[in-house]
Amino acid sequence: MRVAEFVAALAIALFSVYLMWKSGEGPSWDPNATRFANIGINVNNEGPGSGFWPFWLSLAMLVSSVVIMVNAALRRTPQSRSEERYLDARGKRMFVLVGGGLLLFLALIETVGFYGAMPVFLFAYIRYLGRHPWWLALLIALVVPIFCFFFFDIAMRIVLPKRLLEPLFIPLYEIFL
Amino acid sequence: MEVLQLLLDGVWAALQPVNLGLAFLGVVIGLLVGAMPGLGSVNGVAILLPFTFVIQQLTGTVSSPMIFLAAIYYGAMYGGAISSITLGIPGASTAVATTFDGRPLALQGNADRALVIAAVASFIGGTIANLLFTGAAPLLATVALRFGNPEVFALMLLAFATFVGLGGDDIPKTIVSICFGLVMSSVGFDIISGAPRLLLFDSTEWFSRGIQFLVLAIGVYGIGEMLWTINSTSNDIKMASAKINLRRVFRALLWMRKCWKGTLIGSFLGFFVGILPAAGATPGALMAYGVTKMVSSRRRHFGSGEVDGIAAPESANNSASTGAMLPMMTLGIPGSPTTAVLLAGMVIWGLTPGPLLFTDSPDFVWPLIGSFYVSNVIAVLVNLACIPLFIRVLRMPFTILAALIFVLSVVGTYAAYQNMYDVWLMMFFGIGAFLLRILDYPLAPAVLAIVLGPIAEPTLRQSLLLSDGSWMIFIERPIAGPITICAIVLMLLPLLGLIRRKFRAMRD
Repeated sequence: MRVAEFVAALAIALFSVYLMWKSGEGPSWDPNATRFANIGINVNNEGPGSGFWPFWLSLAMLVSSVVIMVNAALRRTPQSRSEERYLDARGKRMFVLVGGGLLLFLALIETVGFYGAMPVFLFAYIRYLGRHPWWLALLIALVVPIFCFFFFDIAMRIVLPKRLLEPLFIPLYEIFL
Repeated sequence: MEVLQLLLDGVWAALQPVNLGLAFLGVVIGLLVGAMPGLGSVNGVAILLPFTFVIQQLTGTVSSPMIFLAAIYYGAMYGGAISSITLGIPGASTAVATTFDGRPLALQGNADRALVIAAVASFIGGTIANLLFTGAAPLLATVALRFGNPEVFALMLLAFATFVGLGGDDIPKTIVSICFGLVMSSVGFDIISGAPRLLLFDSTEWFSRGIQFLVLAIGVYGIGEMLWTINSTSNDIKMASAKINLRRVFRALLWMRKCWKGTLIGSFLGFFVGILPAAGATPGALMAYGVTKMVSSRRRHFGSGEVDGIAAPESANNSASTGAMLPMMTLGIPGSPTTAVLLAGMVIWGLTPGPLLFTDSPDFVWPLIGSFYVSNVIAVLVNLACIPLFIRVLRMPFTILAALIFVLSVVGTYAAYQNMYDVWLMMFFGIGAFLLRILDYPLAPAVLAIVLGPIAEPTLRQSLLLSDGSWMIFIERPIAGPITICAIVLMLLPLLGLIRRKFRAMRD
């Protein structure tokens, strides 16, 4: 837990530094803008510049994450004293399966669209992670996308991307739209 | 008497078939999400917000989608008690205190009594809070009309200061969470000069439109919290059985006589705690439980199934949820994560939250207030009628529920912005939120901050422009001054505690 606490705070600190660096950037159309010219409280007598808000808040974030790191190193917080693992074996398995499954789900959407990916994700999740009977998994995997199609594509006219499966939907559009 | 007339018109509008139907649907959904362990009102409201655009399109009014979401909020406060009592695990954090006495009473075979008392106490709490709200809101809005930029910023500061001072979470982590939300709200372009800024990783496709509030909210509450619940709960939960019929309800109602004290304490205390930014229904319910126990003559029976110990937190969480609406509607500052989502919804529907709402959009405000009364009645009736049904639904395995919620989160995010970048971003936020949640980083401040950021930044910058860069403007103005000083004191509160502890340690 302590190592995780430290690593997380370090990641936040690095991200804060990046945000501070990025805040100081002038607009891209002005090549002469000097970095960090826009973070002052009264830039060109026009009040705080565009980088004022994000820069100083990122600095506060940086300072806080350094405090968290120090606390972790000195074992001052309950997390840094805890001997428990950050994620136990079961937790790690869960994280890889569910988190990885979710990312795969999005990748599938990018290739075969929402209506290709949804049944696959639902069936895989309910059948293999949930260990429910296959007929129940199949039922949910089919009912949910059909409901979504009529709700979004037909009723709300929000067309969810179909990507490769687009041709299959053309007859459906002709019937319902 | 003008208020009474407006209220009656509002109730009448809320009773129109469409609104009544939406309130009913919202209450049922709210009861379910409230009762499901791992899901609370904020998850329900955040995940369903994208779907309210349809309601707005179909009804052509802005009050109807809000009535729907407010009914979910309301229903969830009732629903939390169902799983607290029958499962012994709170359905939502707002119902934590309900487990203290509700669970023992259920294990003694009196689950029906506990459920009925929870429902009736919730109803009384909600009604008292509605009356307080109706009385206070127009007045507060009138006062707030005189607020300028420095005053509004001072209020924002106060909202964040309460998180730091009273949040009870690790302070550096709370600050990280707040700052992260505020910085993320400024990604995209500068609202004042129009200049692009913070295009992270130099990607215009991903960040030039800024980071939408719902992307973070659904990521945190639809993905992050779900992963956390899957990780932290095991599947072996023992369910207390509850038989309910009309006779049992009436018999249980007689028990209400024994818990008027807890109900009243919960109703009033809950409302005032709910108003405080960052406090909301969870601390409201816990405080009501504590105070009721303190003043009760049956103090020793608390924790072993005392009815007052159920009535107090249940009336308080309902009352607090209405209280949290007060600053949201009148000042444009949400008092809880759920109201932050509601506030963002109002912005998306084209309203400007704040004191002008009462004068500019009375056709939004009063039907909504009317719907509080109507939803409250619907909630208590549906709750009492459907308890057996809800108990059956609670047996729905989490593995199916989680899969549905994941799909709903992804589809909802896409439907809201019609853009796959936002869906990926939502997923990254969700996974990041889970990893930080294990280390006890509070995530609600980040969600609140990304909502308040676009209000706080311009008010701060315009105030500083007005004062030529002097911070004294926040201290010298008559209304902003006291608010700023309160905020500073609240922020220093934990520091004082630290010094006192050090001092004591040195003396020992």
